[in-house]
Amino acid sequence: MSGGSFYQRDRSWHPPAYAPTYKTSVTRSPQKALIALDNTLSEMTGPVFGHDMLGPLDDDLIANFAKDGDPIGQRIIVHGRVLDEDGRPVPGALIEVWQANAGGRYRHKKETYLAPLDPNFGGCGRTISAEDGSYRFRTIKPGPYPWPNGPNDWRPAHIHFSIFGHGFAQRLITQMYFEGDPLIWLCPIVSTIPDKAAIERLIAPLDMANTVPMDARAYKFDIVLRGRRSTLFENRKEGN
Amino acid sequence: MVQSLDRLKESASQTAGPYVHIGCTPNFSGIEGVFPQDLGASMLNAEARGERIRIVGRVFDGVGAALKDAMVEIWQADADGLYPSPQETRGTADANFTGFGRSAGDMATGEFIFETIKPGRVPFKDGRPQAPHVTLWIVARGINIGLHTRLYFGDEAAANEADPILSRIEHRSRVSTLIAPKTLEGGVPTYRHDIVLQGDKETIFFDI
Ligand SMILES: [Fe+2]
Repeated sequence: MSGGSFYQRDRSWHPPAYAPTYKTSVTRSPQKALIALDNTLSEMTGPVFGHDMLGPLDDDLIANFAKDGDPIGQRIIVHGRVLDEDGRPVPGALIEVWQANAGGRYRHKKETYLAPLDPNFGGCGRTISAEDGSYRFRTIKPGPYPWPNGPNDWRPAHIHFSIFGHGFAQRLITQMYFEGDPLIWLCPIVSTIPDKAAIERLIAPLDMANTVPMDARAYKFDIVLRGRRSTLFENRKEGN
Repeated sequence: MVQSLDRLKESASQTAGPYVHIGCTPNFSGIEGVFPQDLGASMLNAEARGERIRIVGRVFDGVGAALKDAMVEIWQADADGLYPSPQETRGTADANFTGFGRSAGDMATGEFIFETIKPGRVPFKDGRPQAPHVTLWIVARGINIGLHTRLYFGDEAAANEADPILSRIEHRSRVSTLIAPKTLEGGVPTYRHDIVLQGDKETIFFDI
């Protein structure tokens, strides 16, 4: 876990703050230029989470809210690796996920979609990547849902991911989509990402090799966090 | 053709959406029994060193409305300026202080609250001390990529004046958006720090 400052973030690869087809971004987007800040320890360090904080069902959304049976829906395993931009595994990365149920309904007070709640599905889970960067969790496939933006906008089926690497500068929230979903290419939130290649990297393919026969299909989703410079040429005094 | 740098691209950010609290603060959002407590809900125990302080504020959009669906995270050094991280080589941080806080903000008012301690000073990359500060990260529906900013303390005028980052900011009138004034609320030193996403009083956000 050594290393120096992080590679600069390629902001043209990420969605811009202001993306008017996603209407809520219009008043929530900074208009002034970001100010470049050389990484200090405040950015290079970040909270460290140990495997001991996890409960046995934290990574099992099928079981962690179940009251009197399994939730309704397609049983799936989502797995992959957390890597940095140099392709090195990122162990110890806390991954938090949240999602709608099989009908596209979130368990939330402000959610008004008419699809029903599932009494056996909460919709949140978490895990920590292993030494080789690998992670996995079990869930049901979320349903697409309509949302107020344009007159008839639907979110493709997706799982929200929040990831902590080793430095606070790596902090990332993103969404995972499912291979073959036609709604991906109609979604105003997906299309805030300017580069099609960047979108494709958020689409998890069906992974038959890791499917559990007669039980659950698998989808593979690799996550890439920012990489670090070597410390060799850093920490020179200014003016020297 | 030249050789390839062979570097992977970072996964693209997507908005945290309106239901970020389901995943990040499920107990707050009413999903109980999955995690014993919400991550970052408590930053310290009674043995933690340092002055107890409170950081409160709201996040405002470009028309002046307070967000009620944001999530704010903070990361800060302990009272001696040390981080609880493997990257910290200057000493061992206070084991009674996590340095990390997460707040969903009040559902009715949007106010976020952190009960923490005042951080010590952390060196800049050239060794000069930075003014005491807290790093903030803000996500919400409508924010496409998390916003990094900092909080500096209003009662640290001399340190703020000499701070290597604050002193380099070209538009001096904007520096005040990073400095939280100190008040006393219920006997607790409290720093009020509102964040403005857009407009004349837009907070300074950093590309870190
Ligand atoms: Fe969603």
